Amino acid sequence: MLGLDKKDTSLLLLVVVLTMAAPFLLNPFPEGSGMAQFNAGYPDLMQRFVIFGIFAIGFNILFGLTGYLSFGHAAFLGVGSYAAMWMFKLFGMNVLPALFLAVVLSGLFAMLIGYISLRRSGIYFSILTLAFAMMSYALAYSVLATDMDGPDQQGLLQKGLTGGETGLQLTLTDPRIFGEASTEDGNIPVPNLFGIEMRAATDLEIGNWVFTFSAGYYFAAVVMLISFYLSIRIFRSPFGMMLRAIKSNQQRLNYTGLNPKPYMLAAFVISGMYAGLAGGLMAAMDPLAGPERMFWTASGEVVLMTILGGVGTLIGPVLGAGAIKYMENILSKINSDILHSWFAFLPDGLEDFVVALIYPFIGKGWHLTLGIIFMLVVIFLPGGLVEGGQRIKRLFGRGKSAEDANKPGKATTPAE
Amino acid sequence: MGILEVKGVNKRFGGLQALGDVNLSVAENSVHAIIGPNGAGKSTLLNCLVGKLIPDTGSVMFEGQSVLGRSPHEINQMGISRVFQTPEIFTDLSVLENMMIPCFAKRDGAFRMHAIESVAAEKEIIDKAMHMLDDVNMADKKDMHAGAMSRGDKRRLEIAMCLAQEPRLLLLDEPTAGMARADTNNTIDLLKRIKDERDITIAIIEHDMHVVFSLAERITVLAQGSPLVEDTPENIKGHPKVREAYLGETAVAA
Repeated sequence: MLGLDKKDTSLLLLVVVLTMAAPFLLNPFPEGSGMAQFNAGYPDLMQRFVIFGIFAIGFNILFGLTGYLSFGHAAFLGVGSYAAMWMFKLFGMNVLPALFLAVVLSGLFAMLIGYISLRRSGIYFSILTLAFAMMSYALAYSVLATDMDGPDQQGLLQKGLTGGETGLQLTLTDPRIFGEASTEDGNIPVPNLFGIEMRAATDLEIGNWVFTFSAGYYFAAVVMLISFYLSIRIFRSPFGMMLRAIKSNQQRLNYTGLNPKPYMLAAFVISGMYAGLAGGLMAAMDPLAGPERMFWTASGEVVLMTILGGVGTLIGPVLGAGAIKYMENILSKINSDILHSWFAFLPDGLEDFVVALIYPFIGKGWHLTLGIIFMLVVIFLPGGLVEGGQRIKRLFGRGKSAEDANKPGKATTPAE
Repeated sequence: MGILEVKGVNKRFGGLQALGDVNLSVAENSVHAIIGPNGAGKSTLLNCLVGKLIPDTGSVMFEGQSVLGRSPHEINQMGISRVFQTPEIFTDLSVLENMMIPCFAKRDGAFRMHAIESVAAEKEIIDKAMHMLDDVNMADKKDMHAGAMSRGDKRRLEIAMCLAQEPRLLLLDEPTAGMARADTNNTIDLLKRIKDERDITIAIIEHDMHVVFSLAERITVLAQGSPLVEDTPENIKGHPKVREAYLGETAVAA
């Protein structure tokens, strides 16, 4: 189907089902129960799952296929966000043109950075991309945030192109020449897709469960599915094969009459465009863009997501993005009161002890948990969560899948 | 006028004169061996032919065109393929994929953005790759991880990959180095067959005299960066200067 073989088609269908049913799947616990805080089915978080999924899918095209580790991909995320915001400010609140500009601009920016950074490989490439991303951050934070209107004017560029520390925001005085500057009740209009507002949501109550369906989530999910489909096509294309050949043996590729440079640059630009798309979607879901989106920690995060999920696998980056965003939002909400209520059944002294033991790993300490999980995955599951899944599968269906695993050639196609 | 003409090539690394005034002419459709003791400049010369190094002075002409200043992939597209001392293949790819890449390079040139087409739909490339694998008796290994093969198999695959590009000149850098006797003989047979079946020129650098004398039609002896003698294998065998510079005891033993 759609030019994919049977295995890839079933993988794509699985992801379609999972994303479409996410409001149900991520809300397994009834409202008001003690476990309700583990629910992740609210629009904000689900949007983050799919948006960072796109970011990681794109990053994986570069890192997973070619092995070139970019440490500056957040720059493209930021460019995408700013581009989308300017589209909202100048032309109107439809998200499609905003995403279009986000993708185009981040692609051009990636071409510039990639052209220079790809002159080096290995650690030097990583450092170059990191340097460019931090320069972009500095530009967005201060240089491009100076008053470009003139001192006594209160125009569009009063806070520069990027808005500096506070970020780029929508205002009532934005022109929005193809849309409305303000709504009838005097508010700033909301990003929409031909009238469907991104923040519109309907609740469905079944018994004690409340399921939220958000227009923004479903829009982002469809964009993610398209991105995912395209990434499968790229993985299975001759271009994808060349990228894997670059990772495997660049010297042989050179002496086989192929020029690795344009292949690398194309991969870099494609993954930059994915990042720009993710950045544009962020702005579409929540119309605000700040320089922190370009900070090196944001670049590091996508590296973690890809490695945690499984480098070079199709579904890995999406899983990794989901896992990290889930921990960030759920673990960080647990506080000591909640811990005490969980362990209330223990004798007092023991309860305090257990809580004191777990406390550093929750709330603000969720990074500590992430670090430990990351360490464990890298040491015991170098193939990431995907490898974990495969091992579990093998454990249960030993007879059949063990046979499969022994078949030569299994290792050569990137596992999903 | 040979297919490959090397004239007055010098290459200096700091204080070391790696190549000093090398002249070499490889005749079309011949097998030309370049031998010499360690440090004679054989590999440096080869690197000058494929674009890895640029000579300080001199010229290297292939089919009447200069190769100097061109990058390796351009020189390869001109029709020169190189087999490395340690087999250079795509170890993380399957054997069939390894074979398909040179087929793509032959058809599409140095770069083509085919990111949405499916590899599985490239019937003509797959057929050609399978045919090439068949030719070296590796069709049954097509789904194998190329890095997991024996050294002899890797070498055969590498040679087949070079042939898939239908090169006019095949350069081999010690193709049997570190190989078991049986693998060495297989490689010799393969190279003989290639020479008989194809319209191809082969230049070979080799230490193993058994290989050299089984294959070569002309032999150039390099010593200290300069060609010492160039002659037929029979004459080289008995040449006193060669014995002195290089063959020594081995020639007597052989």
